[in-house]
Amino acid sequence: MAKKVAFLQGNEAAAQGALYAGCTFFAGYPITPSTEVAEVMSAELPKIGGKFIQMEDEIGAMAALIGASLTGVKALTSTSGPGLSLKQENIGYACIAEVPCVIYNVMRGGPSTGMPTGPSQSDVMCAKWGTHGDHPAILLVPASVQETYEETVRAFNLAEKYRTPVMVMPDEIVAHMRERIVFPEKGELEVVDRTAPSVPPEQYKPYDTSFGDVPPLAAFGSGYKFHVTGLNKMQDGFPTTKAEIVQAEEERQVRKVEANKADIMKWEEYLVDDADIVVVAYGSTSRSARFAVNEARKNGIKAGLFRLQTFWPFPEDRLLQISKKVKAFITPEMNLGMCHGVVKGCIEGNAPVLGIFRVDGEPINPGQIVDKMKEVK
Amino acid sequence: MAFDYDKYIRPGKLPHIWCPGCGHGIVMKGLIRAIDAVGLDKKNTAIVSGIGCASRLPGYIDCCTLHTAHGRAAAFATGVKMAKPEMDVILVGGDGDGTAIGGNHFIHACRRNINMTYIIMNNKIYGMTGGQFSPATPTGAKASTTPYGNPDPAFDIAKLAIGAGATFVARGTAYHANQIDKLIAEAIQHKGFSVVEILDDCPTTYGRRNKFRSVIEMMNVLKDIAVPVKAAEKMSPEQLQGKILTGVLYKEEKPEYTTEYAKVIERAKAAK
Amino acid sequence: MEKKLPTIEIIEKYCKGCHICVEFCPTKVLEMQGFVAAVKNLEACIKCMQCELRCPDFAIKVTP
Repeated sequence: MAKKVAFLQGNEAAAQGALYAGCTFFAGYPITPSTEVAEVMSAELPKIGGKFIQMEDEIGAMAALIGASLTGVKALTSTSGPGLSLKQENIGYACIAEVPCVIYNVMRGGPSTGMPTGPSQSDVMCAKWGTHGDHPAILLVPASVQETYEETVRAFNLAEKYRTPVMVMPDEIVAHMRERIVFPEKGELEVVDRTAPSVPPEQYKPYDTSFGDVPPLAAFGSGYKFHVTGLNKMQDGFPTTKAEIVQAEEERQVRKVEANKADIMKWEEYLVDDADIVVVAYGSTSRSARFAVNEARKNGIKAGLFRLQTFWPFPEDRLLQISKKVKAFITPEMNLGMCHGVVKGCIEGNAPVLGIFRVDGEPINPGQIVDKMKEVK
Repeated sequence: MAFDYDKYIRPGKLPHIWCPGCGHGIVMKGLIRAIDAVGLDKKNTAIVSGIGCASRLPGYIDCCTLHTAHGRAAAFATGVKMAKPEMDVILVGGDGDGTAIGGNHFIHACRRNINMTYIIMNNKIYGMTGGQFSPATPTGAKASTTPYGNPDPAFDIAKLAIGAGATFVARGTAYHANQIDKLIAEAIQHKGFSVVEILDDCPTTYGRRNKFRSVIEMMNVLKDIAVPVKAAEKMSPEQLQGKILTGVLYKEEKPEYTTEYAKVIERAKAAK
Repeated sequence: MEKKLPTIEIIEKYCKGCHICVEFCPTKVLEMQGFVAAVKNLEACIKCMQCELRCPDFAIKVTP
């Protein structure tokens, strides 16, 4: 049987991907340019007995998401820059309380209200450093409608597997452009559910590390009674200020992601093996970069593309390896050098990193990237 | 028989963190007796709070407990209740948490008439941070951030709840301890969003700045200003000057949110 | 007929010495002994339970 295909925009694909992953709860607040996700979810969730709620504000939406997830459901919210700023409070809560959830954020111009309908890639740092304190961060940056669907499924899998919030951030171009999408069939993509406790309620501790760095999470209302707090906590979930416990728990929360980078990170290398110049790009910018690489190759420039699919954790080790044999990196991005700085930070000065930065609401075109390649000596 | 609070208190958690004479413990006991009287299943009951002294309450009770971020109890709780309407959800917190930073979530929970009970312990001050004025601090009162007297007018929290659409609103005091459990029990049994404001005392950060010489003096004020709604009907406006009404202040039957959403699900499935 | 006296248990490790039980006992059954509440005159107890209800610290148990 032929697979189901459709002509969808990124936002619609994200909603469909969430449903594929088993999402049955959505809480959100209207914000351009992400509202299509909420609209699709408001129509689709009740059909399968799921719940959609439009909350009073972005903070409340993030809070409702965590409350819902604690009852055992897979929960999604969608937002954009200003909303992401507001959600940071409870993103931190989900990190410390270790509650799985997915935040889909469409990157528009900023800071503040900025350019609500203009694309940007300037929220990638906010995904890691937006909420205060040390915490794990997982950020997926899809570049196509198909990938937005698939990476939203993977975002749920990672959230459930590592008991932590996961962000998916397409830029506004990916979120709003329409492309052909081939829907995966049931069972074709992996769908992960959180580990349920294997011990009876009276022995259950929500942060019991005898089960490893990711302790099983029971659901409220399933017979397990336990305490959840945003304070630093002990294995039984109750607050503590004991130095050695706080240190160990904080380190474990970050380690959940750091020690599993190989499982989480995803990137694509296109013509990188023999490249003199490697373009490090993500989102819609990576599409211009691929075009530029092909153009450059036609003109005898040995260019390659390193396309980030996860931005956090960042593939530092691989870029360091590559840096030892290239003449230069180019980082085109719709911000003033966020990826640029991270690349510079991990390649130990082995090669120059040339940036192309646009924050004018216009995409970076292939010609700009080819021109930059010509500057490399 | 003496009431057995131990059935609901988590082992080893007492004594609690509240100061000598703080009424939060009295309210917690009232809540426990109400949970017992209504016969709630501990496994199926969520107690949700924000931040502050009063918001430490859930940690002591042997239920599914969720101590959230400052002001966000109503929003977290809404997520719990929406996702699992069969759970009984009780919110607890203070006046600052609930009506300042959490004011938006509070009024919208009232508006939705979602079947949860919110117990607000109103001690008119931010206690945990050292006694800054709250939206419930009376005009003229002293707080650590109103050294010359509070210029702000105060919220009437019960009226705010009624205005926002809560369908059961009651008020009690920490002094009238034998009434607290009854008000909370009735609130829990009400189908819709119910608010129980308990006028409370903070001897440590409010009392000492506002010339209360003791906890007893603060308790006596609660005793003297409280007038049951029934008694108030026979009193003149002059007699009611400076008094606060207690008891069930407002009650109405209105469509409840999760029940209404269940109808949305039915309509969506029918349209499929 | 002999009057059956209630038992009033004071859990001293919980009592924070706020005086509420002592001050508001209608028949002055309780007193402060140092920092904690204590039973002074059990005979006078009318089993109104107010001391137990008003104790913020779970430190009083009255069995009527």
